Amino acid sequence: MNRQTPLSINIGRVMIYLLLVAFALLYLAPLYVMIATSFKDIEEIRSGNLMAPPLSPTFYAWTKAWSSACTGSECEGLAPFFWNSVKIVVPAVSISTIIGAFNGYALAKWRFKGSEFLFGALLFGCFIPFQVILLPMAKLLGSLGLANTVTGLVMVHVIYGVAFTTLFFRNYYVGVPTELVRAARLDGAGFLNTFRYIFLPLSTPIFVVTVIWQFTQIWNDFLFGVVYSGAGTQPITVALNNLVNTSVGGKEYNVDMAAAIIAALPTLVVYVVAGKYFVRGLTAGAVKG
Amino acid sequence: MNSIEIKKLSLNFGEVVVLKDLNLTIEKGEFLVLLGASGCGKSTLLNCVAGLLDITDGQIFINGKNVTWDEPAQRGIGMVFQSYALYPQMTVKGNLSFGLKNAGLPKEEIEKRVKHASEILQIESLLDRKPAALSGGQRQRVAIGRALVRDVEVFLFDEPLSNLDAKLRTELRVEIKRLHQKLDNTMIYVTHDQIEAMTLADRIAIMRDGLIQQLDTPKKIYSNPVNKYVAGFIGSPSMNFLKGTILQNNKPIFKLEGGWCESPDLSNYIFQESIKAETQVWLGIRPESVVVGGEAENMPVNFSLEVEVFEPMGADTLVWSQIGGQEFRFMIDGNTSVNVGDRVTVGFDPAHASIFDFDNEERL
Repeated sequence: MNRQTPLSINIGRVMIYLLLVAFALLYLAPLYVMIATSFKDIEEIRSGNLMAPPLSPTFYAWTKAWSSACTGSECEGLAPFFWNSVKIVVPAVSISTIIGAFNGYALAKWRFKGSEFLFGALLFGCFIPFQVILLPMAKLLGSLGLANTVTGLVMVHVIYGVAFTTLFFRNYYVGVPTELVRAARLDGAGFLNTFRYIFLPLSTPIFVVTVIWQFTQIWNDFLFGVVYSGAGTQPITVALNNLVNTSVGGKEYNVDMAAAIIAALPTLVVYVVAGKYFVRGLTAGAVKG
Repeated sequence: MNSIEIKKLSLNFGEVVVLKDLNLTIEKGEFLVLLGASGCGKSTLLNCVAGLLDITDGQIFINGKNVTWDEPAQRGIGMVFQSYALYPQMTVKGNLSFGLKNAGLPKEEIEKRVKHASEILQIESLLDRKPAALSGGQRQRVAIGRALVRDVEVFLFDEPLSNLDAKLRTELRVEIKRLHQKLDNTMIYVTHDQIEAMTLADRIAIMRDGLIQQLDTPKKIYSNPVNKYVAGFIGSPSMNFLKGTILQNNKPIFKLEGGWCESPDLSNYIFQESIKAETQVWLGIRPESVVVGGEAENMPVNFSLEVEVFEPMGADTLVWSQIGGQEFRFMIDGNTSVNVGDRVTVGFDPAHASIFDFDNEERL
């Protein structure tokens, strides 16, 4: 093995790292400003430098953003909307992921006449811009009596998400040898048992990828949220927008920043917790048995 | 009693005819090998028997029962796949017992069968491992074990050894043969390797373009191939084919195209039926049926050749040469020294030859 001595300093390498650090700082700067600002009081923001650290850190902005900031005429903070988002995201992610897993499994391993066409049609769903379906979907939700409800939003996200989740699962399962399905058939396992006992245990990476993807998409969604939600069912993204745009007296940047971080936190947490699976799952192709 | 009966089986994929009007009867306890080049339909036929492909027409009987439309699990068969197809997230034990659990067998019975199968295949120590932690040969054994626990009459093997290296392949080949002798059940074995076919089979069915070309014992196929394709497929190195004409003067004489002045006498050859004069033919003779030197001079057919290339293989040396512009290979003893450019007298007995019609390539 050709081993480099750890002490040998390579100018090119040093440059690369310096550049990387510089870019990392540049990218992290806005986050830093948000966090720093959220811990300052309004006096300090007015008088101090944007980049300066908070001199007397306070949780005032966070408490206010969470429980008493005004979002339009209501002044209850983000808390109720945070839970609205949770109520939308959890079922929407679970249902779309499960449907995607079944669809992908069927399209990859139980080909039937027209299955490729069906897959193509589903794939097309990934490319439909949100704006195009706004009106027809509003009409559909109205006629189903689901307008302005959490259920309605969940349904929209599930329908929109199935195209992506199916694509993910189908492409993952295509890499699983078809002989496994045949062996399972000889062992007397049908469509469901083969899925449950053979495919499901293989699917952790792709489940993680799909859940992260769907979670991020749905949690961060603003357009569907603003169009299809009612007064009591708005997701956090819509509430954040309202919070920032509602000013009672002076603009409270610290509250805005804290609110923005609260709204972004769940997706950050998901990335940190499951990020390594995300990369692994995206690159995992064939299953070696 | 017949173990498997295939009657008038046809299979089309859309417009493409893969198998047509195929009949095949396999006796109980018989080891039948389906042999052919890739794309000849041998694996397709096996999958039809297994029930993994729906057939277009015809019937399949296993143990006297019409199973044409039965699910694979209900047919009383076990199958071993080329890629082993072990369930990656289950242990060896899980792999062996999955089918039995699905069939709803009681726990003690499953334990008993898994134990029995793992004893036969000597994989008892591997039962708690996952397939990823097994070597190729061990995986193959587990795959066989999965068929074994089912306690069925019929085993189907789909090129089970082709993913293994040459040495392991020879070892497992013998093991499969031993297994067959021990279990005495019916086996259908698909392969493109003619040595596997020759060594394992009670009977070989050589397939081409969805049709069975010849169905017979390895010995018969080796010595009496029905057509030029079969003759060329079986045997390694493959048979020499010399293009020429039969001249009929009360005894058949072979005239080689492009030379050879002494026209050899083919009286020893047993023709299927009487042959017309001036018939264009292929004269086939296996390299190992050719003799050299003094022995050759006593043969009804002999001639001398110039050595072009020789390949020592240990026990024998394969010599490449030409006669009348046509390629000719023969074997000599590995201890005989030979050089490029040497002239060698070779000869053979027409009784060991095979003669095929030039146009339809059928045996004459």
